[in-house]
Amino acid sequence: MVIGVDKSKTKPRSALAGTGPGLFGIRKRNRLRMVIAIVLAFLSLGPLLYMVSLSFQPNGGLLGATVLIPTHPTVQNYVQAWTQNSFGRYFVNSLIVSIATVVVTVIIASLAAFAFARYKFRFKELIFYIFLASLAVPNLLLLIPQFLLMDRLHLLDSLMGLTLLYVASNLPFTIFLLRGFFEAIPHEYEESFRMDGAGTIRVLTSLIAPLSLPALAVVSMFIFSAAWDEFPVALTMISSSQHYTLPVALADFIGVHTVEWGPFFAASVIATIPVVVVFLVSLKWFRSGVSLGAIR
Amino acid sequence: MTSSSGVAVRSKRSRRVRRIATPYLLLLPAVAIYAVFTVYPIYRQFDISFYNWHIFPGASNPFMGWSNYTAIFHDPVIRTAAFNSFLFIVITVPVQMAIGLFAAAVLTDRLPGSMFWRAAVYIPVVTSWVVVSWVFSYLFASQGGVMNAVAGFFSGHTVAIDWTAQTWTANVVIWLLSIWKGVGWSFIIFLAALDGIPKQLLESARIDGAREWHVWRHVVLPSIRGAVTFVTVLLVIGAAQVFTQIFEITKGGPYNSTQSMMTYMYQQAFSNFAFGYAAALASLLAVVLFGLSAAEIRIMRHQDL
Repeated sequence: MVIGVDKSKTKPRSALAGTGPGLFGIRKRNRLRMVIAIVLAFLSLGPLLYMVSLSFQPNGGLLGATVLIPTHPTVQNYVQAWTQNSFGRYFVNSLIVSIATVVVTVIIASLAAFAFARYKFRFKELIFYIFLASLAVPNLLLLIPQFLLMDRLHLLDSLMGLTLLYVASNLPFTIFLLRGFFEAIPHEYEESFRMDGAGTIRVLTSLIAPLSLPALAVVSMFIFSAAWDEFPVALTMISSSQHYTLPVALADFIGVHTVEWGPFFAASVIATIPVVVVFLVSLKWFRSGVSLGAIR
Repeated sequence: MTSSSGVAVRSKRSRRVRRIATPYLLLLPAVAIYAVFTVYPIYRQFDISFYNWHIFPGASNPFMGWSNYTAIFHDPVIRTAAFNSFLFIVITVPVQMAIGLFAAAVLTDRLPGSMFWRAAVYIPVVTSWVVVSWVFSYLFASQGGVMNAVAGFFSGHTVAIDWTAQTWTANVVIWLLSIWKGVGWSFIIFLAALDGIPKQLLESARIDGAREWHVWRHVVLPSIRGAVTFVTVLLVIGAAQVFTQIFEITKGGPYNSTQSMMTYMYQQAFSNFAFGYAAALASLLAVVLFGLSAAEIRIMRHQDL
């Protein structure tokens, strides 16, 4: 095995050579790292690119022939997917539920995380651990009692009911992460703010929120993609097709029709775009935001 | 003068009350939602599990005692489902973590296009399970599937494995899909953890002439121990609730042979309407998983990695 130190003595250090943990001997071997990076990216993106490719393939040609790149690309599948199955409505439903989940979760979790980060009160750690404990039990296990609860609250088959369940399932992790971030903000800022007569809400909105913008952005991305992708809960709670979210609609698409793969993959691509865009936008904050301080 | 000091005292007291009340007020919305939609359902689940519960209004729900629980141990499908879930956990979790840590180690130092490579590895995580389940079904289709074509190319004759119709091959597809979609998550946490190791610590270890392997063993791994614990615990919990990919790809078939605990629970509740039985199953699983998580945290905290 190559000893890192020896190498740096004999060779001038390349501008890109790592000072980080690297991996065993390949720490400074950028060409090898590049090859690995390309392979990883290909494996990650390959199936998705294949999906995109299939979505442009004329419907009749699918299944039975191995297609990598469509010879006669067509947008017909997109037209059909968007117009035939009130797909626009499912898209909007998903958008409403996901955005509402993000907004409500982030606000409520910020308030709670602020309390945990900045105040001393009775049972503080106990309450915190009760929140945390739910991370140790899969959410899906509560499907049955949640179904009965929503039934009683007349929130079955409602986007609002779905949103409430999503908020509840995202709260503990969000509080956990935000507490860590908030605790890292120096107390002095807050003191000088309060000296000027600012109340708690002002401190939160004008000091803590702007300072933890990267964290809030990253957390929002996590919540958005979780809500956008969520399937089993939506499948259970939503019964009428006008309230379908995208995953339920897509699953239904497969189940009910003799599968029209072309339009299905076109619909899948459309359903994937928003969450990828949200992720790419959040990348900007990823470096500064996610030192994921709470975890280490 | 007396009146003004009275006001001062009162306002001081009200400020004190406010100061004490503030954290509770801040917590109120979170606690309320959590209590109603998470804590109450946990209680309710245990409650239902002792009844032969019917969802239909007006139906009687006879009390069953522990018989829902004893029935679990005589249910042959449970054995398959538990075995499948167990296998799913022990196969997908370590592989995801290994690949995630490997990718993080390769991509932690700067590389041309760093951001692109990192984003690429993470993107499968944000895609929808329903969508990628069908993409993988299609990749592994018996007729015209890419995987059969690849296998055919290397073996020299036509391959027409019906991957998703047979128990073991279907399991392989489900595992591969889950690993593919999961790697990015552990990758990003490990990346953050590696990023957070003080550079001086690594440098000084290297200057001391430590081999790269030793640097990893004695500096890197101990520094990211928290992240390793965190990823292990959450991945095991995630793996224990494997649902959508099985539900979409095999529906638990053929003959229940690819059922997981979660798909079987779902089927019992929402296809067979055996709510009491499914609730017993869920309660038992919750207790087991909670214990497992606690054990993992305990072990990892005391172990030298």
